[in-house]
Amino acid sequence: MVLNSDIWQIILLSLQVSASATVISLLIGLPVGTWLALGNFRGRSFILSIINTGMALPPVVVGLVVAMTLWRSGPLGDFNLIYTPAAIIIAQTIIAAPVVTGLSAAALQALDPRLRQQLLGLGASNLQMIWMLWREARLPLLAALMAGFGSVISEVGASMMVGGNIQGQTRVLTTAIVLETNKGEFNVALGLGVLLLVITYLINLALTWIQQRSAKR
Amino acid sequence: MTALIEIRDLVVQRGGMEALQINALDIPRGETLAVVGPNGAGKSTLLLTLAKLIKPACGQIHFNGNLFSKLNELEYRRKISFVFQDPLLLDMSAEENIALGLKFRGLTKNDIKMRVDQWMKQLGIESLAKRRAGQISGGEAQRISLARAFVLEPELLLLDEPFSALDPPTRASLLDDLSALLTKDHCTAIFVTHNLNEAAKLSQRIAIIIKGKLIQVGPAQQIKTEPVNDEAAAFLKEWTD
Repeated sequence: MVLNSDIWQIILLSLQVSASATVISLLIGLPVGTWLALGNFRGRSFILSIINTGMALPPVVVGLVVAMTLWRSGPLGDFNLIYTPAAIIIAQTIIAAPVVTGLSAAALQALDPRLRQQLLGLGASNLQMIWMLWREARLPLLAALMAGFGSVISEVGASMMVGGNIQGQTRVLTTAIVLETNKGEFNVALGLGVLLLVITYLINLALTWIQQRSAKR
Repeated sequence: MTALIEIRDLVVQRGGMEALQINALDIPRGETLAVVGPNGAGKSTLLLTLAKLIKPACGQIHFNGNLFSKLNELEYRRKISFVFQDPLLLDMSAEENIALGLKFRGLTKNDIKMRVDQWMKQLGIESLAKRRAGQISGGEAQRISLARAFVLEPELLLLDEPFSALDPPTRASLLDDLSALLTKDHCTAIFVTHNLNEAAKLSQRIAIIIKGKLIQVGPAQQIKTEPVNDEAAAFLKEWTD
């Protein structure tokens, strides 16, 4: 039975977990994407193809691997992370990071390659040059962030497998929908589904507003 | 005049091929050297090498008497300025674009504003100050690009066919401005061009590069009347026809 206070807790946990995973993915994906976009080294195309494949990682496979790793007898079992929000964040980060990395690399590769030389020719340090390139590619980079968030707020397989869908601890909107459906509580499941859509819409609306405001400046 | 740049036995490779070979070239302080040659001859490679954006395979370059390879890359690049064929403005206002290099160098806001205002006035682009890059015409954008380079008051200015994409009237007007600035500031400049008249108007000497090799260097009149070999003569004939 899902009560009002439970729903609020589920919403809050869903947002906390998915926002954390998205931010961590950005912290990993933006530097790695920049390195792949600007670097000129052997194996770059191979790494990019792996990252692009990672963009289509099935969440249940991620869930399986993370569960095996965090399981009590697994290599990271001593940390007691299985069936905790941290476990869901780890799994969701693995799902979102390739999305953010791949789209960030594509966004930076789409810039005029001479822009880099122009910035260096104006006396930019490497960090200043990268910062200006991020600024130039801010619209597609924001789209990468939106895609990363979208890929985790809506996934269910990994959250279920590593979180365990424990009421009051690891239950998020998607796993709650699965539970209610299994119980035959279709109205509750449908209500949670609408809630998930509204929340996703509101977050994307805010990000789109920032993106378009930036485009008009 | 002492040489700001001395090049000896320089070889630059690009994509595994020899793109540029210069046995000896001195560029005195305050001189404008025009570099001419067919497409793909190695003219831009020379500029990119002197901007420390490409590493030479071998040879020596001295800048201000100091060995080029020993110079700190960032410190050196902050003594020069590069203007590309395309203005490559960033998605920001004209005055922000002009201020970019000064910001990179950590100047104060007041200093930046003073110098940006001064150079916008000098190049007659004050009215564009708040306009964003996307709302600026090709000629205006190249004028902003020149202001962005001159505002840095560089010891060495590298210009890679900055007017080639412009219509003739805009080109003529910008050429006049550039000529006046180079004369007034006594800035050392290397100017890559396809246009003999532009080369003669702006520079004290012209260098001809063909198939990656420096063939001849001298004043415009000498270049026109005394080509050193058949290759230079054929290029000049084609060029002036």
